[in-house]
Amino acid sequence: MNRGVEEERARIPMSQRPEWADIRPVPQYDGPNPVVPIAYTDEFSETMDYFRAVYLADERSPRALQLTKEAIFLNSGNYTVWQFRRLILDALNVDLHEELHFVDQITKDNSKNYQIWRWVAEKLGTQIASKELEFTREIFSQDAKNYHAWSHRQWVLQALGGWENELAYCDELLEDDIFNNSAWNQRYFVVTRSPLLGGLEVMRDSEVAFAIKAILAKPENESPWRYLHGLYKNDVNSLVNDPRVASVCLDVLLDKRDCVHALNMVLDLLSHHHQPSNELKDAVDAVSPDPKPSDSNFAERVCSILQLVDPIRASYWRWRKTSIPAQD
Amino acid sequence: MAELMTEKHVKYILSVEKKKDDFESVVMEHLRVNGAYWGLTTLDILGKLDAVDQDEVVSWIMQCQHESGGFGGNIGHDPHILYTLSAIQVLALFDKIDVLDVENVANYIASLQNEDGSFSGDMWGEIDTRFSYIAICSLALLHRLDKINVERAVKYIVSCKNLDGGFGCTPGAESHAGQIFCCVGALAITGSLHHVDKDLLGWWLCERQVKSGGLNGRPEKLPDVCYSWWVLSSLIMIDRVHWIDKGKLVNFILDCQDKENGGISDRPDDAVDVFHTYFGVAGLSLLEFPGLKAIDPAYALPVDVFAAASNHDGMN
Repeated sequence: MNRGVEEERARIPMSQRPEWADIRPVPQYDGPNPVVPIAYTDEFSETMDYFRAVYLADERSPRALQLTKEAIFLNSGNYTVWQFRRLILDALNVDLHEELHFVDQITKDNSKNYQIWRWVAEKLGTQIASKELEFTREIFSQDAKNYHAWSHRQWVLQALGGWENELAYCDELLEDDIFNNSAWNQRYFVVTRSPLLGGLEVMRDSEVAFAIKAILAKPENESPWRYLHGLYKNDVNSLVNDPRVASVCLDVLLDKRDCVHALNMVLDLLSHHHQPSNELKDAVDAVSPDPKPSDSNFAERVCSILQLVDPIRASYWRWRKTSIPAQD
Repeated sequence: MAELMTEKHVKYILSVEKKKDDFESVVMEHLRVNGAYWGLTTLDILGKLDAVDQDEVVSWIMQCQHESGGFGGNIGHDPHILYTLSAIQVLALFDKIDVLDVENVANYIASLQNEDGSFSGDMWGEIDTRFSYIAICSLALLHRLDKINVERAVKYIVSCKNLDGGFGCTPGAESHAGQIFCCVGALAITGSLHHVDKDLLGWWLCERQVKSGGLNGRPEKLPDVCYSWWVLSSLIMIDRVHWIDKGKLVNFILDCQDKENGGISDRPDDAVDVFHTYFGVAGLSLLEFPGLKAIDPAYALPVDVFAAASNHDGMN
């Protein structure tokens, strides 16, 4: 396991460190026949034996603080150690900027660590908003979809601010990977919640253009299609009446590229009484594999085609066929 | 169809490898209570729960309980709601919920509810809809849902609903199959499924199935056996499971088995672990694979266990 700077020094066993001479270590007790037996390294065992000793004695000292650091390096997922470390930090009134640096180190090695995100930041308040945003940005450079990092980033923006560059950051991430659903979700978050952008109504037009561009680049990408729906929340008639939507479906189908999402969008439009052009109908029929479905009702025909091109979800498309509203 | 290597999986669970310096084991130490739930529930689904010493397990679990009423991940660990549910579920497997001081545990869980209806995981305050599910499932098993403000709990969960019909960990967070299971499960248990747009969510969920037949947890992510549980149980709770290709999913799960040494991994040919072994077997149970005990999709316990727990103590 990567332990950063600590790795450079060879570890001196606790039993040989003079500053720990007065402590009697407390061994782990699993019971006589452990249910889920776990193997431990000597290093881990010894560190935890000493930790148990200070924990049971509730010793909130500098050496105890250092010990929690060693224990965390060995296993950063241990609640008890983190919680005790926090008690010590409070008792010793330690400079929390240093703690943030330590937490950054740990998270770089194990970015799915739950408990370290919020506690230090809340204590430090608004002064560290940009630092926290940078912190999550670094995680995203390794793992752009890290769920808890995204949750933390959203919390930082709402609690501490820093919205200024967030939409641009989403642009950046989507340029790296247009398929990053987390970035699409964040985009929606910014567009709807940023105090600097004016809200969904104001942003809708340019965001529709953005989504359409993404769709044309990779029509098999789920995210921009859903994003498009999201931009028209509670106002599906505007979606249906926006000529760009039917137009992008047509463009995708004419190109004969992966078309499931386009066909699905066509179906959504038809379900809200959109009147399809002949061009669109021809394009849909052209992408159908043989034997071409013969439903006379266009919407039903779209469902039949979807059953053929997306057979794994045939049951779903069959259901869609039964729920098409009566056509005009 | 490939075979389910039942005997090998049982053997795997009963004798987890004791390699020295096994990193995974070291990392697992603080969440052994979760591990016990995964392992024991799998054994029960496979009909082999009697292979373990019930008294020893119960005794060890009770030693994990903190005076606050909550359970830690192992003996001497601080309590957290995550381990509290697993502890209750393990006791339920053995029909031993009566060894608990129910009032004590219920009070601990109730103390974690916040003003807005959300739940924290422990005294340090992390909020996540997973904890809403855990609180609701735990209290339902203990027949003490009256201890919390259910209406507010539901309101908070609904505030985490996204436009794709899915749910995230907090309001605005990305829809994720694991979080969806938690939210839908909590809504199911509290009789609040009318808040779910079943058609919209059902479609999002069935879109998780990829060509190999496996399920992912979010768009454009890799399939993982654990989603066989989270996506599947969610679909069952909203009556839309027929929208996925069950046969292909069964084959995917079976392909994730280690046919030599037992256990199931996240995807074919990866290393196995108890977590994925449980979700694979539980998923197969939901898919009605022959020879397995039925499992309740909301409570994540075998149906007969849940029925027994429901019959205890008429209080609701």
